[in-house]
Amino acid sequence: MTKTELHQLAVDMVSKLLHRRTGQALSADRHWRIDTALETVLRHRGIRSSEDLIVLLTEPGDSGFKEELVEALLNNETYFYRDRQVFDHLAAEVLPAMAREKGASRRLTIWSAGCSTGQEPLTMAMILLDQGECWKGWDIDILATDVSGSAIATARRGVYSNFEIQRGLAVGQMLTHFEEGAAGWRASDRLREMIRFERRNLLEGPPSGAKFDLILCRNLLLYLDAGARRVACGTLQSALAPHGRLLLGGGETVLEHSEMFRPVKGGCGLYKLTGERLAEPARRTA
Amino acid sequence: MKTCLIVDDSRVIRKVSRHIVETLGMSAEEADNGRTALDHCRASMPDVILLDWNMPVMSGIEFINALRASPEGRKPKVVFCTTEYDPGHIREAIAAGADEYVMKPFDQETLQLKFELIGMA
Repeated sequence: MTKTELHQLAVDMVSKLLHRRTGQALSADRHWRIDTALETVLRHRGIRSSEDLIVLLTEPGDSGFKEELVEALLNNETYFYRDRQVFDHLAAEVLPAMAREKGASRRLTIWSAGCSTGQEPLTMAMILLDQGECWKGWDIDILATDVSGSAIATARRGVYSNFEIQRGLAVGQMLTHFEEGAAGWRASDRLREMIRFERRNLLEGPPSGAKFDLILCRNLLLYLDAGARRVACGTLQSALAPHGRLLLGGGETVLEHSEMFRPVKGGCGLYKLTGERLAEPARRTA
Repeated sequence: MKTCLIVDDSRVIRKVSRHIVETLGMSAEEADNGRTALDHCRASMPDVILLDWNMPVMSGIEFINALRASPEGRKPKVVFCTTEYDPGHIREAIAAGADEYVMKPFDQETLQLKFELIGMA
């Protein structure tokens, strides 16, 4: 086997490992990413050749190495108020509508699925806190999950560098909701208390407990292949409350699963359950 | 086309900022301290000012206090762009009339997002 063939075999094995553990597919045109993404892990482990990598990948069990490889390949890119116009729409239209719809129970449940290092659920929490009176006395539960253990650990710490904190966040909100410390800017206790962080793979099914009034699943489905996307959509469908909204990232769609979701007119990437599903009895109760 | 005045005593920072500002579709002018920047503003008021804090002759905070003292000087958006990170400095800048605050180092996306926040992108 030539050096090039060995390298291709190693790339294929890593690609399959990522798919097996997360459902994410690295298409052939993105295989170049593997070498760049894994550089630090391989150097740290003293792996200098494709042969060494293949040997470690074929060993039974997992000393944590495979986990490190998967973590390195996950894209944790995020920032506060990513796609600001979407959050403006949520704040101005969607949340007030939800406040009216849920006024009787005064309970609001939000799931940030694929929350990465926490900026998205923190953005939601800031919006709700900044809306003040509207949500006073409400029971608000924000669940934030991600398949990456390191991303969830960072999200739980809730501490961001100067560079991270100012990406998308207005200075006034930074001063209101974060405290500067030696390690960086730490989210206030009020914000952190609103959010539950859990490591969770979207392909393993919906979280237990109440269904969600709003699910944010942005810039995640685009990394999944068709099969994994169907499973993920099934999870989102099961987790969404009958009148809930699903928010996808710009350029993402679930139109291929129109039996599950229908787009909300003028909804900036918002979807609702289709009528057929609404007619079905709820599988889980709040 | 909107105009941005870049006020920084570092030639490198001015060069980097100019590149970003021009990429965002604005025209850029430069000043290397607050005094020169004030003179520039009196001659031609920019739409937005990217302002360093620590500069010789006149600092960023002295500049914005002088700028905001006149009715004309209340018009441009001012974004501090500095290595002063502590909340005390940031609050002082906001109280003096700054619209946004960027901590160095920064990249194009950070600056673009801040300009979006103040309606300049």
